[in-house]
Amino acid sequence: MSELETHHGEEPHIVSPKIYVLIAATLLICTALTVAASYLELGPWNAVVALGIAVFKATLVVLFFMHIKYSSKLMKLTVFAGLFTFLALVGMSMSDYISRAWGSF
Amino acid sequence: MSSIVSLPDQTTARIPKRNYLTNENGILSWLLTGDHKRIAMLYLISITFFFFIGGALAGLIRLELLTPQSDLMATDTYNKVFSMHGIIMIFLFLVPSVPATLGNFLIPIMVGAKDLAFPKINLLSWYLYLAGGSLTLWAMINGGVDTGWTFTTPLSTHYVNTNVVTTGLAIFVAGFSSIFTGLNFIVTIHRMRAPGMTWFKLPLFVWSHYAASILMVLGTPVLAIAIVLVLLERTIGIGVFDPTKGGDPILFQHLFWFYSHPAVYIMILPGMGVISEVISTFSRKRVFGYSAVAFSSVAIAVFGFFVWEHHMFIMGVSNYSTLVFSLLTMLVAVPSSIKIFNWAFTLYKGSITFETPMLYAFGFMGLFTIGGLTGVFLGASGTDIHLTETYFIVAHFHFVMVGGMLMAFLAGIHFWWPKMTGRMYPEKISQLAAVVTFIGFNFTFFPQFLLGMLGMPRRYAAYPPEFQVLNVFSTAGATILGVGYLLPMIYLVWSLKYGKIAGANPWQATGLEWQIQSPPLTENFVEIPVVTQDAYDYEWLERQKEHEVTQVG
Amino acid sequence: MAVVHEGEHHEHPAYQRHHFVSMEQQKESASFGMWLFLLTEIMFFGGMFTAYLIYRNWYYPAFVAGSHTLSIVLGTTNTAVLITSSFTMAMGVWCAETRKRGGLILSIILTLILGLAFLGIKSVEYHEKWVQHHVPGLRFDAMTFVHPKAEPGQPVEPGLPLDMAQHTEIYFSLYFAMTGMHALHMIIGMGLLVFMLVKAMRGAYDNGNIAFIENFGLYWHFVDIVWIFLFPLLYLISRHQ
Repeated sequence: MSELETHHGEEPHIVSPKIYVLIAATLLICTALTVAASYLELGPWNAVVALGIAVFKATLVVLFFMHIKYSSKLMKLTVFAGLFTFLALVGMSMSDYISRAWGSF
Repeated sequence: MSSIVSLPDQTTARIPKRNYLTNENGILSWLLTGDHKRIAMLYLISITFFFFIGGALAGLIRLELLTPQSDLMATDTYNKVFSMHGIIMIFLFLVPSVPATLGNFLIPIMVGAKDLAFPKINLLSWYLYLAGGSLTLWAMINGGVDTGWTFTTPLSTHYVNTNVVTTGLAIFVAGFSSIFTGLNFIVTIHRMRAPGMTWFKLPLFVWSHYAASILMVLGTPVLAIAIVLVLLERTIGIGVFDPTKGGDPILFQHLFWFYSHPAVYIMILPGMGVISEVISTFSRKRVFGYSAVAFSSVAIAVFGFFVWEHHMFIMGVSNYSTLVFSLLTMLVAVPSSIKIFNWAFTLYKGSITFETPMLYAFGFMGLFTIGGLTGVFLGASGTDIHLTETYFIVAHFHFVMVGGMLMAFLAGIHFWWPKMTGRMYPEKISQLAAVVTFIGFNFTFFPQFLLGMLGMPRRYAAYPPEFQVLNVFSTAGATILGVGYLLPMIYLVWSLKYGKIAGANPWQATGLEWQIQSPPLTENFVEIPVVTQDAYDYEWLERQKEHEVTQVG
Repeated sequence: MAVVHEGEHHEHPAYQRHHFVSMEQQKESASFGMWLFLLTEIMFFGGMFTAYLIYRNWYYPAFVAGSHTLSIVLGTTNTAVLITSSFTMAMGVWCAETRKRGGLILSIILTLILGLAFLGIKSVEYHEKWVQHHVPGLRFDAMTFVHPKAEPGQPVEPGLPLDMAQHTEIYFSLYFAMTGMHALHMIIGMGLLVFMLVKAMRGAYDNGNIAFIENFGLYWHFVDIVWIFLFPLLYLISRHQ
């Protein structure tokens, strides 16, 4: 309740359409960029660039389309918890896969 | 023996006319209810039904193991029986046992709310549970499934001819029931607390359910996708886990145990919450180290996601990874023992009385400690190689799940029975049941530790004759245990009509749920309470009573 | 179910559920609940992303070859379509917040059309895979990767050794599992869109009771995010080769 009272009487933040247009345009440009980048010969960096752009795009969607930038700390923490558990799943599984070929002690 | 039970004068006491049970009548008012207390009762009835089916299967297993040969049933029937026993007990009893019944009933009351945040989703979760349960029963009647509850690939995808698809769907559906319960709890605990109810005034029951709910929400979907991939592989033959196509069967186990190890904590954490309430009430003391116990629940939930590979040490995972997971596994023992030590310190210099819930709680503490410590044996990668896939591991998880969780469940059912029904259970016979359960349990499962150390593998219908003595012990114990579980079933039903009127607060306990009438009103509180007292503040309770006396006088 | 409590000093809207103390509490609970549901979705897709990561490292040449059979034009178009539909949905939420019924209906219709376009393009791609014998389990032939046929106007891809060619089946298993689950989410979302469209036309959202639209918006954007990752992972592996 104490958390709620601080919000009391405050109108919920309404994101203006200008920001939506801006974000949508950025997302489309990033899509073009990521396609273009995949035709460049960057070796292992191809995957890094593709994923980097994807992470940037997803962050924009989460922050603006999904209003996390304007939401309470609890919501931010919730998104972070999802990310953390996903990384735990990937990271701890990979601890097996990357070291299988290292041989025994 | 002293007792803290204080019942109203039986000649004049009546069950309140208006309560959640009498609020509306007719079968539809139950099937379409949004009331968390009625949904809890629906869950209680359904999980009891599945518990006795699972229990009957356990009885069959023990009967078959009475003799070294497979004579009661064929070996493949035996495989089906232990698989169905595991599936029913884990997904249809242990996972929803405390959260969906006691948690559903108590969490809104404990945080001072009128209901859970999403009553319709709560009802949906019960229907999903029923759908999952019915599919499981259908699969069982239709020929069963014999993969074990773990659905290990490629056995489940290629080599068995039983109802893997039906059972897989059943678990998928039941999983969503569990997700919705957890989601509802988290939102309720965050958003629905009464004025003044800060995090550190919450009862530890709520904290442990919060931790378990996190695991339900984040873990269960990984099981769902693992099962979906198994079903797709079995039906249309995609190749994600199929070694002939280049897939890795161990990946299935990674995904499966990513849920199924945290699932162990989904099962035990709510039980730990029950024990905190019971120990405090029957020692008349605030739980020692309240915040340590609260944070240890959260720590168990977080560590729970980092230890799953200890189920797979002998499956061909990397040695280096084994080392990491083995060390992390030891870490989980720390928060678990924080709880046990703090409960022991709560008892120290408390005014202890020995009502039935307390007897079950003592059973929990002893058996869970043994179960937990043998878990450390299995977490150590060296001893694990000798002990895993033997009866040692069977004994270990039955000490944690049956000795721990089931004891906690029964403790909780007895403790809150007066609140749920308005009537007391009969005290003497229930104390007898608690003792019988404890004795029967030890007879059943302690010999299995020895069998495991001697090398008897699990999941076989036949065994070498030299193991027979211990197996006979175990089967004999199982019959005692069966009596221990049937007794509560009988006298609790009996008490619905003939039990003594309990009154609002028979235990003189401090929780918000004890300050309202029993059974509670549909809307729980006449007025939303303003909370000023800490959890387990017995002096506050005394002052309240004095206040009432002077008011009336 | 809506009960207006008498004798309280401030008014509650009729759509406030009886067990909430205030509208803020109800709204925050709804969106928090939705976010928790999205967490389960992250973990649901997370299992498949883990599988993808492992097999991509193990069978990189097979993944490159498999990826090159996908049409980059169709994939890029679909990405643009889905991002635009996310934008129209965001506009729909804005229209609902500012109580513009006409704008809301238009946004929902546009989102529906874009969603349909996405699924249409996806089904063209699926059909192509069926024709090329690239559907794992049901209709799969690894030999197309050992002796690739020359596409008109494109250089001939070098063939793969047989054992690596067989592992393209893993790539296509993941391709169909991931895009299939994604498409299933789209189909469910479009069912909900139709439901919202009917309600919006009846004016059900004019009173400001728009929690459903906001939460659907979150769901739709999440589906968009999944595709934002699927697109580079499935379509854009080593296009320069």
